[in-house]
Amino acid sequence: MNRINIKLQEDKKILSIYFTAGYPNLNDTVSIIQKLEKSGVDMIEIGLPFSDPLADGPTIQESSSKALENGMTTKLLFEQLAHIRETVQIPLIIMGYFNPILQFGMEKFCEQCAQIGIDGLIIPDLPLEIFEQQYQSLFEKYNLKNIRLITPQTSEERIRKIDALSDSFIYMVSSSSTTGGQSSFGESQQNYFNRITQMQLKNPQIIGFGISNQETFSQATKQQKGGIIGSAFIQHLNQNKIETIPDFVAKILC
Amino acid sequence: MNYHVNEQGFYGDFGGAFIPEMLYPNVEELRQIYGKIIATESFQNEFQQLLKDYVGRPTPLYFAERLSDKYQTKIYLKREDLCHTGAHKINNTIGQILLAKELGKTRIIAETGAGQHGVATATVCALMGLQCIVYMGEIDIQRQAPNVARMKMLGAEVRPATSGSKTLKDATNEAIRDWINNPIDTFYIIGSVVGPHPYPDLVAQFQSVISKEIQSQLLEKEGKENPDYVIACVGGGSNAAGAFYHFLENENVALIAAEAAGKGIYSGESAATSILGKTGVIHGSKTLLMQSEDGQITEPYSISAGLDYPGIGPLHAHLFASKRAEFIAITDEEAMKAGLQLCKMEGIIPAIESAHALAVLDQKQFDRNDIVVINLSGRGDKDLNTYIDYFNF
Repeated sequence: MNRINIKLQEDKKILSIYFTAGYPNLNDTVSIIQKLEKSGVDMIEIGLPFSDPLADGPTIQESSSKALENGMTTKLLFEQLAHIRETVQIPLIIMGYFNPILQFGMEKFCEQCAQIGIDGLIIPDLPLEIFEQQYQSLFEKYNLKNIRLITPQTSEERIRKIDALSDSFIYMVSSSSTTGGQSSFGESQQNYFNRITQMQLKNPQIIGFGISNQETFSQATKQQKGGIIGSAFIQHLNQNKIETIPDFVAKILC
Repeated sequence: MNYHVNEQGFYGDFGGAFIPEMLYPNVEELRQIYGKIIATESFQNEFQQLLKDYVGRPTPLYFAERLSDKYQTKIYLKREDLCHTGAHKINNTIGQILLAKELGKTRIIAETGAGQHGVATATVCALMGLQCIVYMGEIDIQRQAPNVARMKMLGAEVRPATSGSKTLKDATNEAIRDWINNPIDTFYIIGSVVGPHPYPDLVAQFQSVISKEIQSQLLEKEGKENPDYVIACVGGGSNAAGAFYHFLENENVALIAAEAAGKGIYSGESAATSILGKTGVIHGSKTLLMQSEDGQITEPYSISAGLDYPGIGPLHAHLFASKRAEFIAITDEEAMKAGLQLCKMEGIIPAIESAHALAVLDQKQFDRNDIVVINLSGRGDKDLNTYIDYFNF
């Protein structure tokens, strides 16, 4: 069974953390992952940096540019992660835009992920229809979960379709926005969280975009299974040494 | 061979809508309805009326006698430079603003490189009384100050794109991010035949007025609808798409796309995408694009701001891959020389983009009786400083 699915069966709220590989320093990748796991994080999204990240706000854009300047590449990321499963047990997901993966070769990319022990992929600009037609069997062959996004604007019909095609969790984008923190969730977002809960989907949902602290994390996990923190963590790394990762995580989980 | 978009939004292997889920409802809304709206009589009436009375169409198809003498062939210039705002760009913005109105949108966003599409968008927003926000790379804002001023005079807000390389591709990223953040009230007017389906098709349809007019004007002047050659420059490719459109299925009409080779195709400062590019995904479309081995999009270069886009529209990628169109790379030097030649021989100062198409005359041999139509996509007023610096006037 896939590590993501095992984790989702646990009777607890899931804290997932996103970081950009190659940031702040080129070779921080492994130690960031190890420190996140030791701090009690449940799942990690490793961001494969891209020159033109359309769905991301300024924080992740800047971390991606910096990571690329530092020399991060797809090949190098796989080298850095080659022995990650000797020390890390929690689910690992790679989040990357389609073009770098396409250039690496989709099958080769999936094969490398499987060898390393990656559990799932989030490719925000890979359309659902293209995934279904061209890549679904490849993902199944390498036991990789394809994690799809929904937003407050996604129609019920499409959410049902995404739910049917998913087999781990649904990444619920909290509001109509690019990535980036906000201080709290308003009424319209609460209504959206309620609406999705009432749909009784087969896949649990994890909320991302706009979670930055204990308050937003607990709001997001009132009804949904978990929350994902990205930009706020990148900002923390921008200002603090990676040794302080446990402090960051402790503040969310307190 | 079919050169039009299929049901799934592809031209051969190219096109589609590679967009994050956040954009899906907007793009899907447009996809489902654009064909129906454009086909209605009321839309066509208003569109045609504005093209005639506001843009100044039809633009002349001018027989360039002295140029024809020199190259020993029959050269016609399609005078898109005489459109209101100085280039073909406004054909498309008129069409898209009418679509936006039909969809009940109240806020318009656009990207711009040199500022021509930004000005054309600001113009139609003023015409319709709609709020207009134009994203422009911080570096382009410095390079194209007169167009920034024009947009502001027309009532638009110009927002600097400060991410990445701070040029056209980043302005496009910022416009797309704005659309993600404002999915309900906002319409995104894309300036070229790029972006997710249905944009490449709808922009090509709005620009197709160019080739339609060429047909009727040639019939009048030459007694036949079809030329032997149509030549146009390609950055994203909207003026070429418009000039080629009604000839795509007629293989007797040779199509030539002039790309910017900058300081030389392999100089490292070039925008010759058909030669240097590989298949990939940019701004929601699968097409040929300039990128690193690792799939990071690289920054192109051309002396002409309108041609330095790292990709080409998916229609053009298909025309290239299927060999329907011939792609010829023109250096800065060749384009500048051809631009100046048109000034001296015909009394027309062309945009440097269009000068790339004119430079094809020195690269290719034509027969005495060939009819060669060159799309003069814009006028050179905006490029005066570049001309002055280059030739030391």
